[in-house]
This record gives sequence, C-alpha cells and structure tokens, in this order.
Amino acid sequence: MLAFIIQRLLQAVVVMLSVSFVSFALFQFVGDPINNMVGQDATEAQRELLRERLGLNEPWPLQFIHYIGNIIQGEFGLSYRLGIPVEDLIADRLPATMELVLVSAFMALALGVPMGVYTGLNRNSWLSRLFLTISLIGISLPTFVIGILLILIFGVWLQWLPTFGRAGLVDLGWWTTGFLTLDGWRSLIMPSITLALFQLTLIMRLIRAEMLEVLRTDYIKFARARGLRNRAVHFRHALKNTLVPVITITGLQIGSLLAFSIITETVFQWPGMGLLILQAIQFVDIPVMSSYLVLIAFLFVLINLIVDLLYFIVDPRLRLDSMGRGAH
Amino acid sequence: MRNVFKKLILMGVAVTLAGIAQAKTFRYATTGDIGGLDPHANNEGPTNTMKSNIYGTLIHRKADLSLEPELATKWEKLDATTWRFSLRQGVKFSNGNAFNADDVVFSFKRQTQESSDMSFALATVEEVKKVDDYTVDIITKGPDPILLLNMPIFFIVDKEWTEANNAFEVVRAFGSTNFANVNSNGTGPFRVVEWVQDTRLVLEPNPNYWNKDSVEHNLTRAVFTPIANDATRVAALLSGDIDLIYPVPLQDIQRLENDANTEALEGPELRTIFLGFDHWRDESLDMPGSGKNPFKDKRVRQAFFQAINIDAIKRVVMRNAATPTGLMIAPGINGFQEDMNDRPPYDPDASRRLLAEAGYPDGFPVTFDCPNDRYVNDEKICTAIIPMLERIGIKVTANFQTKSKHFNKIGKAEPSFDTSFFMLGWTPGSYDALNPLMQLMTTGTPGHGDWNCGQYNHPRVAELTEQIKTEMDEGKRNAMIREAFQIHKDDFGHIPLHQQALAWGIRNDTVQSVIQRPFNDVDLRYVSMK
Repeated sequence: MLAFIIQRLLQAVVVMLSVSFVSFALFQFVGDPINNMVGQDATEAQRELLRERLGLNEPWPLQFIHYIGNIIQGEFGLSYRLGIPVEDLIADRLPATMELVLVSAFMALALGVPMGVYTGLNRNSWLSRLFLTISLIGISLPTFVIGILLILIFGVWLQWLPTFGRAGLVDLGWWTTGFLTLDGWRSLIMPSITLALFQLTLIMRLIRAEMLEVLRTDYIKFARARGLRNRAVHFRHALKNTLVPVITITGLQIGSLLAFSIITETVFQWPGMGLLILQAIQFVDIPVMSSYLVLIAFLFVLINLIVDLLYFIVDPRLRLDSMGRGAH
Repeated sequence: MRNVFKKLILMGVAVTLAGIAQAKTFRYATTGDIGGLDPHANNEGPTNTMKSNIYGTLIHRKADLSLEPELATKWEKLDATTWRFSLRQGVKFSNGNAFNADDVVFSFKRQTQESSDMSFALATVEEVKKVDDYTVDIITKGPDPILLLNMPIFFIVDKEWTEANNAFEVVRAFGSTNFANVNSNGTGPFRVVEWVQDTRLVLEPNPNYWNKDSVEHNLTRAVFTPIANDATRVAALLSGDIDLIYPVPLQDIQRLENDANTEALEGPELRTIFLGFDHWRDESLDMPGSGKNPFKDKRVRQAFFQAINIDAIKRVVMRNAATPTGLMIAPGINGFQEDMNDRPPYDPDASRRLLAEAGYPDGFPVTFDCPNDRYVNDEKICTAIIPMLERIGIKVTANFQTKSKHFNKIGKAEPSFDTSFFMLGWTPGSYDALNPLMQLMTTGTPGHGDWNCGQYNHPRVAELTEQIKTEMDEGKRNAMIREAFQIHKDDFGHIPLHQQALAWGIRNDTVQSVIQRPFNDVDLRYVSMK
C-alpha cells in the first residue's frame, strides 16, 4: 500500500514536469506580456529593458530550465500583473475556490445520490419524471446562463442574496473562510448551485443507470428471495455496487471543478483561482500561468490517487487481490 | 414599563439612523483592478486616476481639463528652460510627515528611473533643483511649451517614508521589493485603508489633507470593486449593491434609463479610434509577387476613407454612443481645431472611381487586423466595415485577436509592424497634440513612431513636429499644429473614425452628483452622496 502511494507521488512529479514543459512551449503563442505591462508611452528602450530583465529574450527551453531551477529553490516568481509573489497570490485565492468546490461537490453528492437512487428504484413515478426533467435543464443550460439567471432572480428582483463577490470572511491566518458567518453562506449559495447543477445531474443519471442495471442482476434476486428487507437490498447491496464508476466520475469532475471554475467565478466575481487564471491569460502573466498549471497537474494526480484508494475501500475484491499478492 | 420600552426602541432607531445618515459610503465598480499603488510604476488610465485620489501633484487637472494649483501655489518662468515653483506650506502626508522641496527632488529622481513607466511625463526635464525648503526650480533640456501639461502626472512621494522602507527602486515584476506597490502614503484627499487585489480597494478621507475644509465631496468611505463580467456589474447596480459602474455595455443603457432608481451618464471620451495603412512596404504583405503596395497611392487611401459609412456605424454599431471625427485628436486636446473636424463625404461610387484611376478596377486583397477586447465594440466596428469595403471591390480577410496578440502583431516588436491595414485607438497622455504627432504621425528618430504602425512619414510634418516641440508662443504653435494636421488629413495618412463615448451607470437614489470627466475614470473629489 505504501509502495503504491509513493509510486503515485513519483508519477506526480513526472506529470508536473511534462505539463510545465508543454505549457512553456505554448507560451510562445499567447501574445506579448510586455505590451500589457507598459503603457502606450513607453519607449522602445524601456520595452527592451523589461524584456531583458524578465528573461523573455531567451529561447523557451532555456526559460523552462530556469523556471524549474527556480521552483526547486522554492521561488515561483512575481506576477507580471500585480507584482506580488505567485505563491502568495495562489495561497490567497485557493481558499475561495476550495470552499466553493467543496460546497458544490457536497451539494451535488448529497442531492444527486438520493435522487439517483430514487429515480432508479421508482422509474415511473411522477417525482422521478420531475427529477429527470430538471436534470435535462441542468445539463442543457450553460453555466453562465444559470449564474446570471440566479443573480437576476435572487439578487435583482427578490434582493435576498448579494449579486457578486465573497463576503463575510473570517481570517484564520493561513486560510480565509466564509463558513463561519451568515453573510459568507449567503454569498456562497448561488455560485455553489451554479457549479453543482451540472455535477448533480451527472451523478443522478449515472447512479440511476447503474442502479437499473444492478437491480436486474442475479444476486439481487437471490437477496430478495432470501427475504432481506428492501432497505438492505437497495443500499447495502445495490448501491455499493454502483459506486465504483460514480467515484471515478466524481473524482474526475472535482478535478475539473478546481481547474475550471473559471466561468462561475467570472460571473460571480468570486476571488478564486479560476478568475486568477483567466486574468493571467488575458494579461499574458506567464509566472502565474505556469505555476497554476503545475499546481493543477499535481491536484489531478492527488485526486486520482484518492479515487484509487477509495476503490480499495469500496470494493473488497481489490483488497483480497492485493492481500493475496502480498502473501506470495 | 411599556412607555419606557417604547422610548428605548425609538432612541435605538434614532441612533442607528443617525449613524447611517452620517456614513456616506460610495461603492463603485469597473472591469479590472488598478495596476498597483506605486505612483511611478504603471501608466494606465484608471490607475493614474486612482493615484491622484491618493497622491498629490504640483498641478492638478480639474474636471473641465483646466489646470489648478495643488502642491505648488504659483509658478513662473525664469528663462527659456527654467520654471520656478513655489510650494504650498503646511502640507502633510497621510502618515504625518511634512511635505517640502526634498520630497519633490526625490520624486523626480524616482519617477525618472528606467523601470518607471511614468518617466515619459518628465522626459524633457533635465533636473529639479531645491532652492529652499518651499521653492524648486524645474530645468528642462530645451524649451518645453507643454511642461505644465505634464505636471498633473508627476506624483510626489514622501522621501523619508520611501527611504525608510527601502522602496526607492520601482519594481515591475522583478526586483527586490514592491513595498510601494501595496502600501501608500500621499498628500491627496484620500488614503488607502485596505487593498485586497482583484477584490476591493477601500479609501477613506485623508485626515491630514491640506484642503480638507473645502472639499467638494462628502464621502466618508469609498470602496472600489472590480467586477469583470458585464452582466454581473449591471445586476449589481440594479440591485443596489453598487452605486456607480463603468463602462455600461451599450445594450444595457436603455435598461438603466427605464429603471427609476438608475440612470446612464453619457459623455465624450478623449480616445480617438482610427484605421491605419501600410505606407512603407514596396510590396503589400497580402499581394506577394505582385510588386505593388496599393496603399502608397493616395487615391487608394481616399477610396477606403470614402467607402466607410461612419454614420451607419455610429447609429447601428455604437447605438449613437460615438462622435464621428475628422481629426486624430478629440475636442479638449490642446491643438484641436473645430473647423478641421469635417470628413470627406461617404461616397462609394467615388471610391470605385478612385480605385480604377489608381489602377485597381477589380480591387485587391487585404488583411484587416483588429483587436476584439480593447475598445468599445471594436470587433463589431471592424465587422461592419468589411462589407463596406467589399462593396468597392476589396477582398478583406478579417484577423480579429485579443489585445495582447493584436498589439504584438501591429507593434514594434519583431517582426515590426506586421500589418497592412489595422485599427488602433489613442488618447494623448499629455492632452496635447504633440503626443499623437510624435507617436502616430512621424517616424525615423528615437521617441517617434512607436505606434505609427503604418510608418506614415511626410517630411514637412516631421519638420513641423520638431518645431512644435520647442515653440513657446502658443499662437505660432497652434498654427504649426494646424498645418501639420492639415497635411496629414489631405494625405489620408490614417482614417479617423470616432471618439467613443463614455457610459457610466449611477443609482440616483444614493448618488447626489458626480462629475464625469472625458477620461474613463472616477475622480473621487467630485462625488457626493445623498
């Protein structure tokens, strides 16, 4: 088990290096940061000076090697746009995105799993049909439309919730949280719903499909024949067997939520990493872009590791296999 | 008992209301955050206006673009290259330090560092000399008729505070410290309480402001919030979370007018949007192997000019939020001549005739370079122009890119000026016609033509520009500006399109008055709440 984890972490390093290498190759095509950093009245000499100081005149493989060298020493560079160290910037923005993603993922699971089970068990009830219709809407409407609609209804017309931003923050030193105040929750609701809706429908439909399949299997029939109560049959046996694909998909989705909460954060002006990377791309803020991509690569590997570990917990067959291997 | 209870409640309500009535918080939002608090680091419109809320300058530019004394009480010319400024006494920085001539000399040295993006404002200044504690001499390299016009962007910092914090060096994404970019200490009417980048910048009136007894505003607090998404920004205004937003997307202006609590403030901006041609290549980039560059012929340029229906663009694309112009500068810029602001008429038949005369009866191919996220409706304007040109036979290939890539392509970075036909916008930083003459209409010498992406070059215009730099007599100078602009106009060196309009949205139930200056940012001196 330990060997497995260590092996995965080493793979993480390889993934991060390759992602970083490819991104440096791509930075040649995103435009010139110098034009964004200086005003229209800067002289040619000033532009050249800046280009020289930032090392942008070197060929990109050389820039890549310098960057890796700096990272090993723990220096991620200064943001071109804001002039503050990149690690400070990311540490600043990470809590906002993390909290948003956690609440969305929780909402999607907490609602999606029961809805999926219900629609799987009661295929023809009117409530199932209602859920499925809502899920269709959730999948078809683009995220920004949902976000703007929520802002319009709850922010402008009803004026129940704030229309933008992250309020009610409590500073815990290394983490700023919005969980401890009512204002924090009020500003968190709409972005979480926007982000969660697609997830929720995905999980619901996945569980429904899997449940429908599992309920047809022989061992379920035998369990019923044995006289087990419905609850035991549905949850202890059927649901558990549907979990493996659900965990896989959820893991992948959480990874993309973290990386691509861009649209939701832009619509709600949520000061998280999605907004940061979008602004970095528009400004051609290379240090932020490269550090961000490396971080996301690492997070994806970590999430995949957790998903794989969860397989072990959920599926006893894998546990037996590995134990068996160990004995030999 | 019940009576006492009622009285207590009433008192509580009264106290709360009084508290609320006292606090006048102004919340405003725009698309992006400021570049930084260091007044000598970035040269960008919104950042410059925020700087002038916090930092003082020797001369301040008022809402009507005229100049008024701020940290200097009077100034006089001693000789052709020396100006003597008398400094205001009793001024303190927000941390309590006194303001005197040492701070002015220090600020000059700091703002003219190579890494400072604001050094262009003092490019003609040789030295700033302290005469005594409250008098300085500014000595220019040669006669400079527009020195005073550049004073509103010469920001004064506190020598003691900057040196104590080791922040003399101006940091631009490299360097040892950026203390000055995240902290501030100025003589302006406001001071920074808190700045969370990309989230909010909170200002309060500066308790040490020298003019605090006669301020025009009545704010106790100002909160500046960037909101990138247009729809969210408008929603924030409509819901009352924000008091003023800018810019308002053109399609939402009517919506704001219809709502009783909001209104749209529109006015002209100083930015001129124009199109430029490749004047210098012998063979056009889009016609390889032909040996011809159609834009070298004035008739072709005139044909392009007269093919564009600027009124249709104003009406349909800009929804009337634009002022068509015939000159490369806007009203309000020093040197603008109202009677020269006419345009040759829209006449596609004349265009076709001119093209045929010039030897292109069947037109020719050209690539049109436009940004798609820099100017108001830039991509839409270019999209509207393409069929107008196609109608006279030109085969246009559209190349619309994000601003980083667009300016990289048409600009000086290698390969230089990689364009045949492009769109650009310009606001002269000094509010004077010399700036566009130098940057857009002449080329060949250092400091000239950095954004003259078509390399337009007329010897008489270049000659006049040199004279305009040093001519101190205003009448003679304006006559030279007039001649230079007339030559460029007759030559069809560029196609000026329009000045885009400002569109601000305000809540009229909370905002009493705000003066809209023709640069697209908010000077807090002129804001009052109800």
